[in-house]
Amino acid sequence: MRFPRGSYGLVILSVWVHLVGGLVRPTHAAVTWGGFIAAEGRFFTQAAVLPEQRDYDFSLVVQPELSYAWANERDRLTFVPFARLDQQDSHRTHGDIRELYWLHTGEQWKLRFGIAKVFWGVTESQHLVDIINQTDLVENIDGEDKLGQPMVNLTLLRSWGTLDLFVLPGFRERTFPGKHGRLRTIPRVDPDQALFTSRLGRAHVDAAIRWAHRFGDWDVGLAHFYGTSREPLLLPGMAGTRQPVLVPRYDVVNQTSLDLQWTTGSWLWKLEAMTRSGQGDRFAALTTGFEYTFGNVLASGATLGVLAEYLYDSRGRAFPPFFADHIFLGLRLALNDVQSTEALIGTITARRSGATLFSIEASRRMGEHWKLSLEVRVLAHVPASDPVFSIRRDDYVQLELARYF
Amino acid sequence: MATPSFLKPKRPVLLLIACLGLGAVPLTGYPDTPAERGLAIVTEADRRDAGWGSLSADLTMVLSNQAGQQSKRLLRLRLLAGQDDGNKTLLMFDHPTDVKGTVLLTHAHKGHDDDQWLYLPALKRVKRIVAAQKAGSFMGSEFAYEDISGQEIARYTYRYLRDDIYEGLDCFVVERYPVDKNSGYTRQVAWLDKAEYRLWKVEYYDRKPALLKTLTMSQYAPYLSRYWRPGEMRMQNHQSGKSTLLTLTNYHLRTGLRDSDFHPGVLDQAH
Repeated sequence: MRFPRGSYGLVILSVWVHLVGGLVRPTHAAVTWGGFIAAEGRFFTQAAVLPEQRDYDFSLVVQPELSYAWANERDRLTFVPFARLDQQDSHRTHGDIRELYWLHTGEQWKLRFGIAKVFWGVTESQHLVDIINQTDLVENIDGEDKLGQPMVNLTLLRSWGTLDLFVLPGFRERTFPGKHGRLRTIPRVDPDQALFTSRLGRAHVDAAIRWAHRFGDWDVGLAHFYGTSREPLLLPGMAGTRQPVLVPRYDVVNQTSLDLQWTTGSWLWKLEAMTRSGQGDRFAALTTGFEYTFGNVLASGATLGVLAEYLYDSRGRAFPPFFADHIFLGLRLALNDVQSTEALIGTITARRSGATLFSIEASRRMGEHWKLSLEVRVLAHVPASDPVFSIRRDDYVQLELARYF
Repeated sequence: MATPSFLKPKRPVLLLIACLGLGAVPLTGYPDTPAERGLAIVTEADRRDAGWGSLSADLTMVLSNQAGQQSKRLLRLRLLAGQDDGNKTLLMFDHPTDVKGTVLLTHAHKGHDDDQWLYLPALKRVKRIVAAQKAGSFMGSEFAYEDISGQEIARYTYRYLRDDIYEGLDCFVVERYPVDKNSGYTRQVAWLDKAEYRLWKVEYYDRKPALLKTLTMSQYAPYLSRYWRPGEMRMQNHQSGKSTLLTLTNYHLRTGLRDSDFHPGVLDQAH
């Protein structure tokens, strides 16, 4: 699903500003709208590895939201389009329909039809079991931004748990930075040459099932996915003018996963484990750890969380998501003040080489409608053999100012 | 003053007299120690309020600091009375706009810690969170999480202090001590009117111990002819000079909400 770049975002923005400008909240309760616009500035602190990469980057994002409910809120239509206009990287300028679906709520079931986003998982450093939506990697390398996924989703709420069934027609390919972008592979990925091992290619219809249940303080989820892997293998290839590129290959896989959380007192103990076949040999990966929260720190009302997780992938270091034998340590601070100031500081360190990714994510509300967010990522001690070697000089400081509606 | 109903001899006393033949029994069934009387007052207040089933209301919070600066919060509340256990609470955030769509779900329990979930709309993620930070401020206001969560009887021990007049009403003054060690308070002093057992004022004492905050309720109105609910709750922090005014409107009781509306699996669809 491709959308014309640049102009698309401006069209959304101008239409929306006309609707929003001067209006206060709509009085008709069935229709709700909202969303945000934001300006983002990224500043890279070191010179780039390649001459075509830039040291700074500005972009504009717009993501309105519209929702309409009827039949006593048993039916609801939700529409969330998205667009980013990027100064340096034409591949980062892109649009998407994040959500466009109809939800019908029954007595003990729900049916969702359309494009939507689903989140599965309990860990913080990475989300191994979160498979339904494709990663919009060009947005952020942490992989938390997702593309909308067409689906028919039936959820059954029963005494023995919650059962989710998915039929997923329409495959979304992962987004990758272009030639001028930073935080990318070297050589760059050429998504136009994407390969599919299935004859059906993008038309392959995928399916997933998940059972989740709560046993007192324990939350368990077991899931299985059959279909085109959202995670491609990146294989060496060539672009027309004899430029080396990486070509994504999407295989049909079977992935089984488990997610587990034990909540007790101020402790959260977490586990995500998965195994996948169909993409080379069968392999397994897991993330496990805990979060401990100190409440009312120094009697200030602030909360401080201490996080630690271990990341393991049986394939070793050569493949994405690159965290094959790593330790994550983090601190989550929430001031619980009027401005909702909060920060998450963390490091992910490779146990053997010592390569470290250091991150800060912080945000604070300004006034009643604005939010200022800071993001810092620094890489250190990256040996040439490490897959993140290509981004070793892509340390950055990012500021985003968003206006919410 | 007419004898309050709980002091009149009733079945429990007759049962005790019958048990005298078995040997080991106190000589009186009247709650007359301050602790028993305090518990009896609170139990009666709870009894009078029983049967409200479910409740929905719109909440507006105005946070003020000493300099006169204000900040607003808009929320919608849904409450389901617990059958054998604590209440279930759903709080949907509408304002400020950056947290619009966030939902906080709490299942209160009589015997142990609450279960709590937070729905984050940006990630579409339902997180089961640690409920232990009860002393923390709710949305930056002067209400702590433990102030807004269900005031289950078993969460405190009680002591009747005295009678008093508050805003022209005859009141019981009852002291209560949080059982949970994670509480930010050593004790609280509550005023309940004798006529309807409505809560009018609570003084909160912190761990120093010093008077930290005072909560005053006003604009009580009856719903379904017997359930009294306040229209306004004001929390004044004496140590910081900040205050929060919580206005509750659009009350609906016995709205037909069910357990399935308070299930963590449906938080992403709560509106």
